[in-house]
Amino acid sequence: MYTILKTIGQYFLMLRRVFSLPERRAIFLKQIVLEIEKIGLNSLGIVIIISLFVGAVVTIQTAFNLFNPLLPRYLVGLATRDSLILEFSPTLLCLILAGKVGSNIASEIGSMRVTEQIDALEIMGVNSANFLILPKIIAAMFFFPFLVIISMGIGMFGGWLGTMSVDVTTADFLYGLKYGFNPFYITYALTKTIVFAFIITSVSSFYGYYTKGGALEVGFSSTKAVVYSSVVVLIFNFILTQLLLA
Amino acid sequence: MISVNNINKYFEDNCVLKDVSFVFEPGKTNLIIGESGSGKTTLLKVMIGLYEADSGVVRYNERNFTEMNFLQQKKLRKEIGMLFQGGALFDYMNVERNIMFPLDMFSEKSEEENLDRVNFCLKRVNLENTNSLLPSELSGGMKKRVAIARAIALNPKYLLCDEPNSGLDPKTAILIDNLIQEITQEYNITTIVNSHDMNSVMEIGDKIAFIYEGKVWWKGSKEDLMISDNQELNDFVFASELFKRLRRRL
Repeated sequence: MYTILKTIGQYFLMLRRVFSLPERRAIFLKQIVLEIEKIGLNSLGIVIIISLFVGAVVTIQTAFNLFNPLLPRYLVGLATRDSLILEFSPTLLCLILAGKVGSNIASEIGSMRVTEQIDALEIMGVNSANFLILPKIIAAMFFFPFLVIISMGIGMFGGWLGTMSVDVTTADFLYGLKYGFNPFYITYALTKTIVFAFIITSVSSFYGYYTKGGALEVGFSSTKAVVYSSVVVLIFNFILTQLLLA
Repeated sequence: MISVNNINKYFEDNCVLKDVSFVFEPGKTNLIIGESGSGKTTLLKVMIGLYEADSGVVRYNERNFTEMNFLQQKKLRKEIGMLFQGGALFDYMNVERNIMFPLDMFSEKSEEENLDRVNFCLKRVNLENTNSLLPSELSGGMKKRVAIARAIALNPKYLLCDEPNSGLDPKTAILIDNLIQEITQEYNITTIVNSHDMNSVMEIGDKIAFIYEGKVWWKGSKEDLMISDNQELNDFVFASELFKRLRRRL
């Protein structure tokens, strides 16, 4: 219990250093752009591939489960849409990104720690936590919502491709996608995404920033970053769903 | 000038520095020598605030560093250049960006003036035309020289070097030592070098502190060191057969 409280305390102390004014605005903005490329754009490929196939699979599974003449076929489109918007794109995609982006952040910052690059920044008089972590947090909070929107679109396209192997017409599927659409679902999904982006980047940065030792410990930090950021994402998924939908 | 007075540092129950006091003079290459694990790096890290001393005072030209708050320490650190054991160059930046970094962060000069300063520093360490190379493309000696160039980019008043020639061949090690000494004398910098390399001691040791079991066991110049009868110092300095023979001839 003591260790958990100490770790949480250390995390908030780190955040206090992270959220301070940057030394040079121009350099800070440049860092954000670089991080958007590293964290966001470089994740686009995996987001597209996963969303396309998950969308198709969700459609096929739903079609098989709704195989009843009394149920209208457009329900397949509706179920696919709601599954993607409410859970897959904001939550499961963020869990996948916790693996890709989280391990990348923890190993990058951890390597900088063990090779004394973070000490070098501190000695130059640079707030290393602010310089290294804040651009990552801002970049993820800014770009993850775009990834999630792209995932929703691609997932629905994948769903349409999935209809080709089941007994659902394009017209039924498209009708289902539009049927009873509640725009608040998008607000809910994007709110979750922004919170998850913060959790993934800050928790992963925390484990990287406090790495001690050598290459082996960088690996441990990377694993811890993925595990703990995923667990925190799942906990906050429950809390936010209770707050926003219940 | 940097002075440390009665520094004590514990890691849990283990006392790493015991009542350490020493004065590091400007324009001289001050050496901290001692076995691995004797507390040299800890002392250096205490002096720049990466570790907090449990007791004692660190002064930079009469400015009490230990009593400063975070922002004051941060301001003073801009006057310090530090050379780390592995160079600590930023992996994702090329040589030019590495040296430019402190200038970008803290200099009010234009990009062109900063670039001139980068090229001047690179010339000073004999590494012209390496601007576009990445740290992964540099040899160990080149990395150290780039790190020196970065450390002197902002004209520091203090230069701290943690084992600057570890992992280098003897010829390159002497080049690095001489470079540090030249820069120290040229700009009248207070330079502190952590080393357990005896060639460095003989080459550049203007003022030496020998740390043994966390205490300053012996202090003096390289000339004093050759004739000292301090047993622990002699066991350390004259450990190799070559130095033993040298000692017998003196």
